[in-house]
Amino acid sequence: MSEIEYHAVAKTDEIMEEDVKGVFVGDEEIAVFNVKGEYFATHGICTHENVGLADGFVEGDLIECPLHSACFEIKTGKAVNPPAEIDLKIYPVKVEGDTIYVGIEK
Amino acid sequence: MSDDRTFVIIGASQAGGWVAQTLRNEGFEGKVILIGEEPYLPYERPPLSKAALLGEVTVDSTYFWQQEALDEANIEVRLNTRVTAIDRNAKEIEIKGGDRIAYDKLAITTGARVRKLPIEGADLPGVFYLRTMEDTLAIRDAVKDGATAMIVGGGWIGLECAATLTKLGCKSIVVEAADRLCGRAVTPEISDWMLKFHTGHGVDVRLSTGIEKFEGNGQLERAVLPGGDTIDCSIAVVGIGVIANVELAQEAGLEIDNGIVVDNCARTSDPDIVAAGDVTNHPNDLLGRRIRLESYENAQNQGITAGKAMLDKAEPYSEIPWFWSDQFDANLQMIGLPQDWDETATRGDEASNEFVTFYLKNGVIDGAISVNNPRDLRVGKRLMQGKKQVSAAELIDPDTKLQTLLKR
Ligand SMILES: Cc1cc2nc3c(=O)[nH]c(=O)nc-3n(C[C@H](O)[C@H](O)[C@H](O)COP(=O)(O)OP(=O)(O)OC[C@H]3O[C@@H](n4cnc5c(N)ncnc54)[C@H](O)[C@@H]3O)c2cc1C
Ligand code: FES
Repeated sequence: MSEIEYHAVAKTDEIMEEDVKGVFVGDEEIAVFNVKGEYFATHGICTHENVGLADGFVEGDLIECPLHSACFEIKTGKAVNPPAEIDLKIYPVKVEGDTIYVGIEK
Repeated sequence: MSDDRTFVIIGASQAGGWVAQTLRNEGFEGKVILIGEEPYLPYERPPLSKAALLGEVTVDSTYFWQQEALDEANIEVRLNTRVTAIDRNAKEIEIKGGDRIAYDKLAITTGARVRKLPIEGADLPGVFYLRTMEDTLAIRDAVKDGATAMIVGGGWIGLECAATLTKLGCKSIVVEAADRLCGRAVTPEISDWMLKFHTGHGVDVRLSTGIEKFEGNGQLERAVLPGGDTIDCSIAVVGIGVIANVELAQEAGLEIDNGIVVDNCARTSDPDIVAAGDVTNHPNDLLGRRIRLESYENAQNQGITAGKAMLDKAEPYSEIPWFWSDQFDANLQMIGLPQDWDETATRGDEASNEFVTFYLKNGVIDGAISVNNPRDLRVGKRLMQGKKQVSAAELIDPDTKLQTLLKR
């Protein structure tokens, strides 16, 4: 069983509601979202092609890819419309004080 | 319970592929036959002038679906197969060689082909067009570092090609008959920006110029300009637009008018035939007029619409047209097809190659083009969709968070 290790990635006030910030944990590119005051994290790269989702557009609980407009559910990573067909990996998130932590498998 | 119907799709590219996938996604259990003239599985064309021409991606990686996925979906793909006729009375199609295939429903997704340059020497080896994977592979083979590449046509394909060939070490010269770049698609201001941008990257752009003829001894050696001047070049790529492949539909008596005429659910004038993609002329309710689009998103989403219509699950399709292009380090994206705006608003800085220009009509966004700013463009699309009242001043103001305007 792999263990989860939490990494501080951002301060809560760095990500406004309906916004996204791209961060790195090691080599792993991660997109951190604020949906109605709650924070979520997904893999930072679209599952269609190699494009960073942090440049995408958040609407409600969806992130739209900046390149071909595929949408993913932020909370579940589910690919909701083409051209993406593969779901996004998601990561556990916790907030302590004003710091957002993302959990990565060790 | 089994469904013994056969649905046939002519044209195995993006639109046709999505028709086939949609039939399966919607639970169709009959036979699906996807017929295409090209030797490859349905592939993405955008990389043809970008990453594939650069040699950064393999042919396989441009496929929308790998063979296994198509097999799993039980989609029968017949490649290297040209359809020569549609017999609507017998409900059969004929393929080259004379075989006939019966259909219960038919989708026509035959796309478009390149417009040929009607000048002397245009058939010399070394003169290329750019529409298919074969074209891209052939251009790549012919490109030599330091070669001079003559690009005929300063539209999207020509400019992308100029950028990619420059990256490959060629000296790219673009000749454009009009007095500005991409004149059919963008405003004069954006054309000016493109000219500066390409010139700044070393592309030699010549406006209001054509090629009189190509010359060479069994191989392209030079281009002759109207005044008689010549330019030595070893390759030329012609990008002067495309022609919709309507002939099959036309000969079968379907309604044609700058494309196959379909309704907003991708249905043609024959109840058993749908059509989608570059080949259609379709109504766009959001724009309030009929359009023919040559775009990735339209091929995909109208393809999905057509698949549903074949299953009598028709759903109207109407979206704000959206298109992108990659040239050097600029990602351009466009929404809408603005025609008669009364104001423009540029957010960001053109000189830094990161901005978005909105076109406003009566205080509502009618279209926009962005350079290296896909996010603001997407907010613009929502503002346009919602017909939100906005002012040029607030769009320009960097302190305005565009998303807040959506809440109006
Ligand atoms: C180089 C290039 C770059 C592009 N870049 C972009 C971009 O950056 N952004 C964007 O939005 N769009 C771009 N596009 C446009 C986009 O790729 C097209 O809009 C899309 O491919 C249209 O798909 P389609 O399936 O309608 O038609 P097509 O892709 O043209 O496919 C039609 C298919 O039907 C086949 N066919 C035709 N007649 C027959 C017949 N009688 N029998 C059997 N088969 C037949 C053809 O061989 C072809 O494979 C680009 C296009 C090109 C060529
Ligand atoms: S790269 Fe995200 S949709 Fe294509």
